[in-house]
This record gives sequence, C-alpha cells and structure tokens, in this order.
Amino acid sequence: MSSYAIFLGCTIPARQQSYELSARKSLDKLGIKLVDLANMTCCCPPPIQSIDLETSLAVAAYNICLAEDADLDLITLCTGCFESLAMTNAMLREKEQLRARVNKILSNVGREFKGNKEVKHYLQVLKDDVGVDHLKQNISKPLRALKVASFSGCHLLRPSALLKVDDSERPRLFDNLIEALGAKSIEYRNKLKCCGGLLRGYSDDLALNIAREKLANTTKAGADCISTLCPFCFVALDLGQLQIRSKLQEEFNMPIIHYTELLSLALGIPPKELALETHKIKLDKIVDKIS
Amino acid sequence: MEPREKRRARSPGFSDAITSRLGGETITLCYQCGTCASSCPVARITERFNPREVIRLSLLGEKDEVLSTDAIWLCCSCYNCQERCPQKVEIADVIYALRNIAFREGHIPDIYSEFASAILNNGRIATVSKFVEKKRPALGLPPLQPTGLDDVRKILSATGYEKLRQKEEDA
Repeated sequence: MSSYAIFLGCTIPARQQSYELSARKSLDKLGIKLVDLANMTCCCPPPIQSIDLETSLAVAAYNICLAEDADLDLITLCTGCFESLAMTNAMLREKEQLRARVNKILSNVGREFKGNKEVKHYLQVLKDDVGVDHLKQNISKPLRALKVASFSGCHLLRPSALLKVDDSERPRLFDNLIEALGAKSIEYRNKLKCCGGLLRGYSDDLALNIAREKLANTTKAGADCISTLCPFCFVALDLGQLQIRSKLQEEFNMPIIHYTELLSLALGIPPKELALETHKIKLDKIVDKIS
Repeated sequence: MEPREKRRARSPGFSDAITSRLGGETITLCYQCGTCASSCPVARITERFNPREVIRLSLLGEKDEVLSTDAIWLCCSCYNCQERCPQKVEIADVIYALRNIAFREGHIPDIYSEFASAILNNGRIATVSKFVEKKRPALGLPPLQPTGLDDVRKILSATGYEKLRQKEEDA
C-alpha cells in the first residue's frame, strides 16, 4: 500500500464534497492511503501568482515542506493545485538562486525546501502505483455503455517543461484511464483547449463564451458526459451551463463528472454514498446507464 | 486606439524592468511570429487581448498602455502559447510579471483585490463555511485539518506581499 499526503486545496472542501468523497473512497479501495497533514494552506494558483509570483512560490514551497517533513510524497486532486505545487517543486529544484531566496523566506517559519519529495496528480498515482491492469481487475461495474469526453484541463499538462506528465499536444494518460473503466473515450474538436474558468469573475462574458464552445463540441461529438479533473473546469462547465442558459439562451444539459466519480461507480461504490446530487446538471441519465 | 503622438511618453527601461522580474526573463527573445496569438483561446473571441501585441508594446516601452488597459488581465493562463512558442518565450509567465508590476503601480482589478485579502485573512482563496464544515462527518469525510495561517502571514510579511496589500488599501 502506498501512502501520500493529500493536498485538498480550497475549492474542493469549500464547494465540491462529491469530488473529495469519491476520491477518498475510490483511492482507498485501490490501496492508496491518504494522510491529512495539519497546516496545509493555499497552493497559490494563477490569481495569486498574478499578484506576486515569488510570494506564490514561497507559499507553495511551504506546503511541500510540510510533506517533506512528514516524509511523504504529495497527491493532489485539483489540477490547479497540482500545477502550482509541481511547478514550484521543479523550479526550486532547478534554480539554485531562486531556491536560496525562497529558503530565506521560509526560514521565518522554521522550514527549508529540500526538493526530495514528489508532487503527483492522482492520475499519475493510478498509472504508476495501482497500474492500469490492476485497476481493470478491480472494476465490478464496467461503464460499457458510456461515451466519455475527457477534459483534463490545462494545468495537468502545461507547462509541460516543468510538469512532465504527458505529451501536451497528444496526451493519452487520461483517456487510457477512462477506457480502463470500460467506457469509450471519444475524440472531439479542440479537446485540449481551455475551459475559460480563470476568466470567471473578471470577464464572465468571455469565460462563458469559451465554456460554451467546449459544451457545443462535446455535444456534437455525441458525448454522454464530460469528465473533469479540475474543480474550476467543473464549475465553468457545470454551473456554467445554468449561466449559459440564462445569458445566451442555449441549453446543453451535458452532465459533468469528475474522474473519481466515474471510477467510484465502476468500482461498485453505491451512487447514494457519493453525494452526486450536488451537481447542477443531474447525473441520473449516467447512473441509469451504468446500473 | 489614440494616435501614437498623443499618448504619454514611452518608458525605454520598461523591458529591463520586465526581464529583471521573476517570470519576465525571456520576453526579449520574441520575434513577433504570432504563434501565441493564433494559439490563444481568448484572442480568438475578442480583440481586447492579443499576447503578441502585449509583448510588442512592452518591448517598445509603451508601459502606460500595457499596464492601464485590461489586456494583461484577460490571459486565462492556459499556457498554450508558452507551449508552442518557437523562441521559448515563457509568455504566460511574462504576463504574470506584467501583472506583478501593474499590481505594484496600483492597477488592481477588484476581483484580484479580493483574492489578495482572502489569502491574508484566511490562508485560502475559497473559504470553507462553518455550515459546509459541519456537514463533513455526515457525508463520511474526515475533519478538516487547520490551515497554517500564522505561518502564511509570516511568509507574506517576509516577501513584502502584506505591504503591497496595505498600499492598495491606502490608495
């Protein structure tokens, strides 16, 4: 059994309990132990990097130090948290002067970044620690009837020079893990394009316009649902559909489902235990197709 | 856009100010091919943002135009441009450097002002309400661990972020 310090981030505990629940239940079932460490704070994603990049790296490094001091690698659910932390880990390992500056800041709280622990997204853990074959053996309810449009979000893949998760133009990791559940991972136009989520709150019109295109492209390709990894992509596409309905008078009714929710269903975890009713676009059609 | 002669004076040292900031180091490598603009999901749907244009104006020293319009705040940080740039200009990071400079000079969009306060006050950009926290056991979720708020505040004070925030409140 492998153990990881879980980095929950802000948005998941604040707004997406169904994501956290399905992640904890499914990873536990697959033998991944999650340790909740005290004092984890904000990952300092793009909005904070926009205010001060060096401060953001220092706070992200602080979180990594907590894992280092507990002798654990970090696992993230949110791809935004993943990018902030994995980027910081890579930059501070590579750039000595920057690491010295950040460590001087961290000395104020009695921490030192050493760079001896990994920051992983859970998809990497599923591939490397569980293994696709072992995962397949654990599937009790294969999602055979389901056509899934995968949408990893930008920050699982880019900037690839630092994150090194998958090919940034032709990724396969997420699609392979969807197919391991028995579902079909479908192709659609502009699959790797942003959801516009980070423009929400600054320019809602542009954000909705970008999200609308993703919904239109996946609908046209015949998807039963879009599977996400990032809570911001999820909000942009799930809550976003209600806003698109009222502002742009367009209705998609496209279920948005986090990968761990699909995984939990395929592992036979009862839908009732997953708080799926918290989704704005109802998942009844998906659950019916599976059971 | 105003005729060029009517605009405020250029700032010849602007590109040096950018390259000396974390994230801005690679801006002078740009040869204006436009791969960034053609890869940008925002530039495709609005004329208000074009990464190639932001870089060009920055290199020309058009500091006021770059910092005072909303273009730099319309980047959605998707890194598509950075991934594809043949000159390895770290474009999304250059935008962070420009936003960092804008913030210091008092050009601060409201929503970013909220983010800045949230981390200082709560150590999180999205706050978990007491109501949501109380529901965790019933859902089968473990209790939330405390946030390292005291440590975060010390870090923010050591980097000057806290002062940045106060300056903004004074403005």
